[in-house]
Amino acid sequence: MTAKAEIHIPINSDSDIVTARQQGRALAQEMGFNGSDLTVISTAISEIARNIVEHAKSGEIILNAVNSPGTVNSPGKIGLVVIARDKGPGIADIALAMQDGYSTGKGLGVGLPGSRRLMDEFEITSAPGIGTTVTMKKWKR
Amino acid sequence: MRVPILKQGNYLIASIQSALSDYELLQLRDDLAAQVGRFRSKGVIVDVTVLDIMDSFAVRTLRAIAQIARMRGSETVIVGIQPEVAFAMVQLGLALGEVETALDLEEGLALLELRTKQGGSRDSQS
Ligand SMILES: Nc1ncnc2c1ncn2[C@@H]1O[C@H](COP(=O)(O)OP(=O)(O)O)[C@@H](O)[C@H]1O
Ligand SMILES: [Mg+2]
Repeated sequence: MTAKAEIHIPINSDSDIVTARQQGRALAQEMGFNGSDLTVISTAISEIARNIVEHAKSGEIILNAVNSPGTVNSPGKIGLVVIARDKGPGIADIALAMQDGYSTGKGLGVGLPGSRRLMDEFEITSAPGIGTTVTMKKWKR
Repeated sequence: MRVPILKQGNYLIASIQSALSDYELLQLRDDLAAQVGRFRSKGVIVDVTVLDIMDSFAVRTLRAIAQIARMRGSETVIVGIQPEVAFAMVQLGLALGEVETALDLEEGLALLELRTKQGGSRDSQS
């Protein structure tokens, strides 16, 4: 599979959340993910994009297809990468923010822990005053 | 786009037609709250068949719709949650809580008939 250009989606308002998850679904579909994975991926994108709007006001989502080359013992695989980044207030206690039900707003507090469950890989880096970056991957089965 | 709300007898049926932004979901909540009062409706059905995802905001808003409707004497049933959507909701860690669900519109209406004929309290029977 040839590498595709990254898709950048600016996130500034609630309608951008819809755009981000629809673009994510479209890319995943193009990559051949199954129906259940399409829903899983777009649900996680929706949560992480909403966090930008709710907690950081603005930022961006970057979508990308990646290849993991195979080795002698394992076949190669392709995956969809979602990067969400913002220059918002950041998160002081990441472990706390990752707990189910924890919210500093009026949310349900499932966005971060739930997206980690939905995706295969999940990484978050954040620093108060600097911003937050979430990187998530889903491998095609 | 505003979600059309159909009045059918004592019930209101809101059929979501396309993906909804947060703002449009809140508009649906407010429209239903107003119409439940205006028509003295006994039941509300929200048909989510076309939604390809339900995230935490959608769930929070549907719960709010059911709570507001209940305070105004009306029962709410969510119909049409797709299997993949249900799967992702569970993984995410979302539950609809008090909100009742049915497979489709027909079952939703039957459920409302049952609830409203019994005086509206589902806690009194089990
Ligand atoms: N992009 C972000 N910038 C700043 N804080 C964030 C961001 N994303 C999440 N958080 C913090 O982590 C908490 C937990 O996030 P989440 O699990 O999505 O729950 P919720 O959004 O419902 O509060 C939030 O309440 C917020 O304090
Ligand atoms: Mg959130």
